[in-house]
Amino acid sequence: MRQTIQVRINGQERRDEVEPRLLLVHYLREVANLTGTHIGCDTSQCGACTVLLDGDAVKSCTVLAVQADGCEITTIEGLAQDGRLHPLQEAFWEFHGLQCGYCTPGLILTALDFLRHHPQPSEEEIRHAIEGNLCRCTGYQNVVRAIRAAAERMSAQGAQEVRHG
Amino acid sequence: MVSATIERLLGKSVRRKEDPRLLTGRGTYVDDVKLPGMLHVAFLRSTHAHARIRGIAVEAARRRPGVVAVFTGADLAGKVKPVPCGWTLPNMKLPDHPALAVGKARYLGDAVAAVVATDRYTARDALDAIEVDYEPLPAVVDQEQALRPGAPLVHDELGTNLCFTWSVSGGDVEAGLRQADRVVRQRLINQRLIPNSIETRGVVAQPNPATGELTIWSSTQIPHLVRLLLALTLDIPEHKLRVIAPDVGGAFGSKLYLYAEEVAVTWIARELGVPVKWIEDRSEAYRATIHGRDHIQDVEIGVMQDGRVVALRAHSYANLGAYLSTFAPGIPTVLFGLMLSGTYRIPNVAVTVDGVFTNTNPVDAYRGAGRPEATYLVERAMDLAAAEIGMDPVELRRRNLIPRDAFPYTVVTGVTYDSGDYEKTLNRALELVDYAGLRAEQARLRQEGKYLGIGISNYVEICGMAPSQVLGAAGGGAGGWESATLRVSPTGKVTLLVGSSSHGQGHETAFAQIVADGLGIPLEDVEVVHGDTGVVQFGIGTFGSRSAATGGVATALCVEKVREKAKKIAAHLLEAAEADIEFEQGKFYIRGSPEKAKTFQEIALQAFLCHNYPKGLEPGLDATTFYDPSNFTWPFGTHIAVVEIDGETGGVKVRRYVAVDDCGNVINPLLVDGQLHGGIIQGIGQALYERAVFDDNGQLLSANLLEYVVPKAAQVPAVETERTVTPSPVNPLGVKGIGEAGTIASSAAIVNAVVDALAPFGVRHLDMPLTPEKIWRVLRAGRPAAQGG
Repeated sequence: MRQTIQVRINGQERRDEVEPRLLLVHYLREVANLTGTHIGCDTSQCGACTVLLDGDAVKSCTVLAVQADGCEITTIEGLAQDGRLHPLQEAFWEFHGLQCGYCTPGLILTALDFLRHHPQPSEEEIRHAIEGNLCRCTGYQNVVRAIRAAAERMSAQGAQEVRHG
Repeated sequence: MVSATIERLLGKSVRRKEDPRLLTGRGTYVDDVKLPGMLHVAFLRSTHAHARIRGIAVEAARRRPGVVAVFTGADLAGKVKPVPCGWTLPNMKLPDHPALAVGKARYLGDAVAAVVATDRYTARDALDAIEVDYEPLPAVVDQEQALRPGAPLVHDELGTNLCFTWSVSGGDVEAGLRQADRVVRQRLINQRLIPNSIETRGVVAQPNPATGELTIWSSTQIPHLVRLLLALTLDIPEHKLRVIAPDVGGAFGSKLYLYAEEVAVTWIARELGVPVKWIEDRSEAYRATIHGRDHIQDVEIGVMQDGRVVALRAHSYANLGAYLSTFAPGIPTVLFGLMLSGTYRIPNVAVTVDGVFTNTNPVDAYRGAGRPEATYLVERAMDLAAAEIGMDPVELRRRNLIPRDAFPYTVVTGVTYDSGDYEKTLNRALELVDYAGLRAEQARLRQEGKYLGIGISNYVEICGMAPSQVLGAAGGGAGGWESATLRVSPTGKVTLLVGSSSHGQGHETAFAQIVADGLGIPLEDVEVVHGDTGVVQFGIGTFGSRSAATGGVATALCVEKVREKAKKIAAHLLEAAEADIEFEQGKFYIRGSPEKAKTFQEIALQAFLCHNYPKGLEPGLDATTFYDPSNFTWPFGTHIAVVEIDGETGGVKVRRYVAVDDCGNVINPLLVDGQLHGGIIQGIGQALYERAVFDDNGQLLSANLLEYVVPKAAQVPAVETERTVTPSPVNPLGVKGIGEAGTIASSAAIVNAVVDALAPFGVRHLDMPLTPEKIWRVLRAGRPAAQGG
């Protein structure tokens, strides 16, 4: 029994027939060919597969594709706009917040959701916010620095937009 | 034209060239490789850690829709050679390691069957339809128990579980121990760890029936060695194999081997004539990928009342697991046993290592690979000796450090440290952490019933592997050199093909810095290609913190070759003698007349046109260098951890972590700090959280990431790093290596700090991981033996 789902991924509408048991992460990677979302475990610990589902960060290995029917999904491929990196991507680059890069998309999307609710976080708050994302390369130090720097830039940008808006 | 002010790039914190693709989801990891008609492989792993396989019924699985084939060990027998081991020790026993189990399963990772199906869900489903008739056998998981008479034999044909006994000594350790005022004896457990790169392993194999060629994508640190070993194992002509290590999502030593799955998947692709893919699950990785460490160490340290250490003796039981992984025999012997002098002048040292088979995952290199086990032993022993004679642990270390003017220094067990200034890193770390202030605070807090601990760890590591002849004499089955090729295009853009491939280290940036700096061209004019045997000449690979000191040096020497040839062309164009040509910032000119310069780009164009060209000189500027180092390199440093013990829960909080490291000259400080951060946190993971646990039947209790604790962001500190620079005299770049330093130093620093905190409770030693429970039991057991001190 296959089911039809309709989703909007990074602004693009898609309709696909999927097996009901298909995980969202496999749907994104195998059906939608968006391989920027990675799989790092099978117990929902690592967070490498984190995407935004209607704006909320979710581990796409714990969501069935059919549950995403009618939803808006943002993956790492949808973050840079018009060839310009998102401030989080820019800050991860500048502060060496990634090494092998495998956990990076998940970390960035987790951070994006977090910063939306906590625009000026402390280091401790950031560390707690990314507890569901495992990184084995960086020791998290530069990840935290990058998220903090991005928060400052996004706040400044936001303020500027308000002033000029 | 190049602008006149090209910045020197060596030593600069340049942002990484590889990041834009990785930040936008455009990297290509092995699971991202999709080929037309590709099938998917799933392996059925043994239910038992030790069992005779009486029969395997695969028909039901074979009949399932979507299943293309099912293979067992019987299908491969006689067609596929055993998975090889690449390190040989004298009198070592080498059992067969079939890619799919035959007759017996010897650990949970042993694959007894492989299903090939149209997609991975179907392949996984079909595993449930396979019935294996097992005769469970008693298992043995502990290396000491495995050596007892009557222990279950992992390999019956060997008649023993002892794979080898290896020893090395210098001086007279018996006499040293007799001469010592005090001898401290301690058993140290260096527990088994699971590497946990966030990307698991994976293999894609694509046959080309028209040419007989096979292309393999594998998440590996050593594409060229995988090709060589695959060729030997499967009898495929080496030049018909192409192995590609695409973006690799971390490894830490766990992807440094030819694995059974690489053999099986390649064989299946050839057999079926279609591309096949296997991607390891995390829980599968816990069962089938190598583990690290797992030593039981008995140590004796002899010390004089004035603090001089006069003897160190160690006996280590090293768990090797069920089979010998590619480098397994070298890790607990050469990389451990030769390092037991640490940063100290110890006149008498002796070590014996028993390598033992058990019904567990093969054990091989995990970040540091032998050196964390050595550093932990030495640094714990120094603290034990200090406590024994009532001396401050800093003072005891200071009295035994190899002095700066003693280099090159040959330790009694034979290896020669290239350069060092151990007192400098120690002093700087003490200053940064305010050691005196901390000791005062510690005494004050103890009065209030609060427990602060300070732990010191000095380390020196053996890196830059390796002089090929030395490696060969030590049992290594490969050369220790590395290679670089520079291709210079007519427009002056340069491609570097380098043999050590990156899995997160940032080679594309660091090596590009070496090239751009050496040729005086912009960084963006250099492309670094690695990890593809189809285009890179050859490479040994990336492990043991060797890339800068081997691949980096090969690159620098290759740049020199290009520059020398460019000089000849410049001399011709400028109508001058070659000896009068100067090179600076990408320009060649006659000494004294920099205004009439030829740029590197102009010379590159002329090397292509050859219209106005030196007689007899070969066209083109391309060059290749194979570099074999004359010695290892020896990075060193001092790490200090400051911990607070939670009196209620026994939890450990790392209040500060100060690292002063010396890796010689630095190519890119950003990358060096990144390596240290990650490495230190991995070492803290071993000290406080991580432990692979098997039950007596060989079942893995820490079976997945739920049950095995790797450090999370909120559990670990931000570390403070500083550097001293003592260039290595071994190579022209003066570099040493930094990939493993953090891990090598940090476990000992943390444990020393916790034991120091708990000293008032009479604690001399606690084994890792220092879980809250372990410490809580100490706290609960009694009030402090004495206040203060």
